Amino acid sequence: MRRAVLPVLWVVMALLALWYVAAIPMNIREVVTEAERGGAEVWGGTAAERQDRSAWALALRNPSVALNGWAQERPRLPAPHQVAQELYASTIGEEVFGRRGFFQTGELSNRSLVYHAGVTLGATVVGFLIGAAAGVLLAIGIVHNRAMDMSVMPWAVISQTIPIVALAPMIIVVMNSVGVQGLLPKAVISAYLSFFPVVVGMVKGLRAPDRMQLDQMHTWSATQAETLWKLRLPASVPYLFASLKIAIAAALVGTIVGELPVQRGGLGARMLAGSYYGQTTQIWAALLMAAVLAAFLVWLMGWLERRTLRAMGVPA
Amino acid sequence: MSPDGSTQMAAASLSQTSAPVIAARDLNLVFQTADGPVQALKDVSLSVAKGDFVSFIGPSGCGKTTLLRCVAALETPTSGTLTVNGLTPDEARRARAYGYVFQAAGLYPWRTIAGNIRLPLEIMGFPRAEQDARVDRVLKLVDLAGFGRKYPWQLSGGMQQRASIARALAFDADILLMDEPFGALDEIVRDRLNEEVLNLWARTGKTTLFVTHSIPEAVYLSTKIVVMSPRPGRITDVIDSPLPRERPLDIRESPEFLAIAHRVREGLRAGHVEL
Repeated sequence: MRRAVLPVLWVVMALLALWYVAAIPMNIREVVTEAERGGAEVWGGTAAERQDRSAWALALRNPSVALNGWAQERPRLPAPHQVAQELYASTIGEEVFGRRGFFQTGELSNRSLVYHAGVTLGATVVGFLIGAAAGVLLAIGIVHNRAMDMSVMPWAVISQTIPIVALAPMIIVVMNSVGVQGLLPKAVISAYLSFFPVVVGMVKGLRAPDRMQLDQMHTWSATQAETLWKLRLPASVPYLFASLKIAIAAALVGTIVGELPVQRGGLGARMLAGSYYGQTTQIWAALLMAAVLAAFLVWLMGWLERRTLRAMGVPA
Repeated sequence: MSPDGSTQMAAASLSQTSAPVIAARDLNLVFQTADGPVQALKDVSLSVAKGDFVSFIGPSGCGKTTLLRCVAALETPTSGTLTVNGLTPDEARRARAYGYVFQAAGLYPWRTIAGNIRLPLEIMGFPRAEQDARVDRVLKLVDLAGFGRKYPWQLSGGMQQRASIARALAFDADILLMDEPFGALDEIVRDRLNEEVLNLWARTGKTTLFVTHSIPEAVYLSTKIVVMSPRPGRITDVIDSPLPRERPLDIRESPEFLAIAHRVREGLRAGHVEL
């Protein structure tokens, strides 16, 4: 764990450096326009002429204003510290010090990323549980039933080739028309994405016991259910957790996509709102929050895996 | 079925004193493979009396494991008759007539040694208290008392195989089927385990069928040695061992032992010449 810290830190530093460098040419046109409006002499000619010049050239020939690209009000690419500030303002700032925050009102502010992350987390967890359960049940069916073995897998694969952005609004609309709203439609979309890795992993896991182990069960006249419960399921646990880690990340993506058409809170809604109003910093902050959420969920699965395997006697 | 159903069944088979425990007549088994039919067993006839220790020896492909699997109802003969305790192999399996020890110990890594031995007892529906008692008893029988709470990875290969023998003994089947149980172990461990198996056999009196490809192992352990040869799998010689039941390890240097070993080797060679 401790040995991992330094390499991770180096990679983070490198990415941040790259990000800062990239922010300069990305924002330079706005920066130069602003400077010109402010009465400064800028290189590159008129606004129309500047359109044909490269961003790098503009940045290098206007060195006195180029670094303003890190402090734009509405940047094309916000600098890392701007995103960090927005993240702080929309979490701790909003909840602890804000007029509508948790510390003032006892409720989470609907402007805070904590609130929106909570909305997303709820639908993600419900969708993940539905998806994982469906995946395990389908895998059990596939392993035990020849007809299911032949028929389910191709459909499961096809289901994943349909772009979820196309499918999500349809699911929302159809479910809305039968009166189902709120968390459930989003959970269904996230379940739709998360069942697949579980099916694939669990089919492999449930088939992990070798011929000898199955013969052995047969010599004891074990029923299929006993073989499933005492041999196949325990043997599939390592496969299950590998799948669950992928599935929970997919569930989060599904929820966020599901939040785009609904616009009733959640990180997805927040990102879309940010793009409507040109609030790139808000989009990036929501994106970062989603990344933190995903990291937490995957870590949680890893933690559960370690606990489960230890309880099953696997040497630590 | 109730746990004592098998003992009743065993008692019933005991009462027909002269009846062999295992009787095979004109057994044939043909596997249909992609390369055409393969005759795994050809006209195999054999009878095993109660309390016998029978070894099956022969090169790979001679059908010795297949024969054992037929007895265990893991394969079905194409023709011929086979009875186990007077029942069909399938009925005998359901009556818990035999315990089967495979080539690999096959212990579940997520169960302790005691948990592994308990597994067949759970499946067979023994009450919990009796499970505990039986696990303790067979652990002592294979000299693993005190290892019940260990996990398989904490035990050596030899100890794991002993645990798997304990598992096969736990539900008191009166036949023990062993398929090259010590094939993967080194010579030294193997010698010790052979001694222990012999001990176990003397104490429990279980009819034992033992598949091996080691001549000394077969001669040392058996009261009856069945020599088999491949393509098609068949019996070429059946040797009733004149060795006493009490067998110290150094019996393997006695002239009687060497004479039987010689006859086994001759039998194996004869099988090859016929090819």
